[in-house]
Amino acid sequence: MNRRQFLKTTTAALAVTGAGSWRGAHAQDAPIKIGLLAPLTGVVASGGKEMVEGVQFYLEQVNSQIAGRKVELVIEDDASNPDTALQKARRLVEQSNCHMLIGDLLANTGLAVANYVKGTGTPYFIPIIAADDLTQRARIRNVIRVAGYTASEFTHPLGDWALKQGYKRIATISQDYTFGHEQCGGLAQVLTEGGGEIVQQFWHPLNTADFSPYLGQLADLKVDAIFAMETGADSTRLIQQYASFGLKKTPLLMAMNGTDQSVIRTLGEECEGIISPAHFAEGSDNPVTAKFVKDYEAKYGKIPSLYGFSMYSGMMWIDAAVKKIGGKVEDRDAFIDSVLTTELVDSPLGKTVKFDAYGNPIYDVYIRKVVKRADGKFWNVPIQTYPNVSQFWKYDPETYLKQPPYSRTFQGIKKA
Amino acid sequence: MTGRAALIAIIVVAAAASLPLVLSSYQVGLATEVLIFGILAMSIDILAGFAGRTSLGHGAIFGVSTYVVVYATAQAGLPPAAAFAAGVLAATLVAMIFGLLAVRTSGSYFLLLTLALGMIVWGICLRWTQITGGENGIRGDVRPAALLNNNSFYWTVLAGTAIVTFAVWRFVRSPFGLTLRGIRDSESRMRSLGYNVPLHLFIGFTASGFFAGIAGALYAMFNNFVSPSTVALAQSVEGVLMMVAGGVGTLFGAFVGAAAIIALENVVSTYTERWQMVLGVTFIVIMIFAPEGIIGKLNAILMRKTR
Repeated sequence: MNRRQFLKTTTAALAVTGAGSWRGAHAQDAPIKIGLLAPLTGVVASGGKEMVEGVQFYLEQVNSQIAGRKVELVIEDDASNPDTALQKARRLVEQSNCHMLIGDLLANTGLAVANYVKGTGTPYFIPIIAADDLTQRARIRNVIRVAGYTASEFTHPLGDWALKQGYKRIATISQDYTFGHEQCGGLAQVLTEGGGEIVQQFWHPLNTADFSPYLGQLADLKVDAIFAMETGADSTRLIQQYASFGLKKTPLLMAMNGTDQSVIRTLGEECEGIISPAHFAEGSDNPVTAKFVKDYEAKYGKIPSLYGFSMYSGMMWIDAAVKKIGGKVEDRDAFIDSVLTTELVDSPLGKTVKFDAYGNPIYDVYIRKVVKRADGKFWNVPIQTYPNVSQFWKYDPETYLKQPPYSRTFQGIKKA
Repeated sequence: MTGRAALIAIIVVAAAASLPLVLSSYQVGLATEVLIFGILAMSIDILAGFAGRTSLGHGAIFGVSTYVVVYATAQAGLPPAAAFAAGVLAATLVAMIFGLLAVRTSGSYFLLLTLALGMIVWGICLRWTQITGGENGIRGDVRPAALLNNNSFYWTVLAGTAIVTFAVWRFVRSPFGLTLRGIRDSESRMRSLGYNVPLHLFIGFTASGFFAGIAGALYAMFNNFVSPSTVALAQSVEGVLMMVAGGVGTLFGAFVGAAAIIALENVVSTYTERWQMVLGVTFIVIMIFAPEGIIGKLNAILMRKTR
């Protein structure tokens, strides 16, 4: 070995060992890396942008520091496509070495990523993905619904509320995919078990431009109320066409995403009076909620949507859990345990939220009504509260889990 | 195979096999994807490059195989090998149906017909919720436990790719493959020479579907997941783009095209979410300056030098 060669190898060896020990000593000072997956392009891009805003809004308030460690946020676009989501999740975990993942909007993207992290063990937080089975029949320990909800969690109480209003005969119209099946199923089961009747159910493909064939049939049914489960542009179109068909004399109940700010922000009088259930109501007079809404509006110039709110609260939940373990997110088991036992104290909801035994939060569910604010904008105001609603409503979890998941063919409808 | 060609093949495979030694685990995942999509693009090249018919339905054939493999392992509980075979078989059957309907057409009619057939498959996958899981797709632990490691899976796929590539290469150079080229160059002459043109195209289509099915089955093991986006038109188009970028009729160009597009997608998307625009521009540039594709251009340059 000549001198030059010797120098080269020794320096290299020294560099390696040096770097190694440096890393060991400073692991605590290295940033916490959080991988954020959001659909910044594709069909739900607008929601994806609000997800990113929610996360950034939170990190700004805590100065990008959690438990004394700097937070590094790596944002990837899942393109509203499960294959892309999967690839981006791989990149975040294997290339960027993120300690945890958070995000995704569409259930199919979330389910794809959940299946991937099942193998890697990376903690994955889903404030938006509402697929029932992720906290029911197909639970994965490291997939946790911080500040999220299951699709049927809020429509169960809505069914109860409808019965109490005397809405016995209800027809449903919904986008034909799992999120819709599950929300309609929640309502249908509670309603029919309480003596109500689901007169007819319409399922239409996503991105339906013209609702007139459905609205015409709905008008002929002479029902007490109509329940609609729509997201995004479909929701906008349904609400507009519902009004222009003169159906407004029949009360319209919707899923929480149907009257979300992301939809009604662009609408006028036609959305007034629509009822929907949710854990968050931007028009709530709870001072904590009101402050959050005011701050968010000041920063982004719009009333926060469920997407922004959920991601914000999700980050808050993670923050609280990381603090409890002194910032050691590298210890995944301890981290996951910590998240599951953490109670979210100061979320914008203004009340404490905790998980049920299945890793899904228990909320006070509002029945909300769209009303006009003093400045002419529309928002959801709570008119009634169902306290402590879990994903199982009033059912015993064991028995509930024995029934099949809600689908187009199983809506939990009790045969008369 | 001449000695020189064999030598080149061995060098390429050896170089590819040593990639995991230098790449990170995520990049090995990407390399695996390149191989899988390379097979898909190559299967399209059998028809486009050698029979003169560009199919926009191969993404669907590919995806049917993915669906069947995931369904067979996750829902029906078949062992991976049986599921793999079932997937390839299903893809071949779908290709036969496509072939029956499409072989009598050519040019843009062929393009549109395969496009429509692909859309039908997509529609079925989207709406047949009980079996396909609709929009949500199906998940399962498809990849056998022995291949869970990224590197070992890559080497397995590489071995498979080498075999498939050799098979395709033999196929297009066989007397039968020559008849396909004859059909591409002059259908009427082939007919007057007594060849049964539709039958030959049908067999060509079926074989091409068989290879696309292998790619689809590997993709199922790669992702452990399938949803309608795997059978969507975008998938078919991507396969065609990879083939065209690499070079129509070059077979191996498929892998170069797949590598170029997947690398571009991954590098550019770290800087902007508008990577598809960049891809579009790149594609236009390739079409203007190297319409024969990357491999085709390289070939032409080499030819000029040796002369």
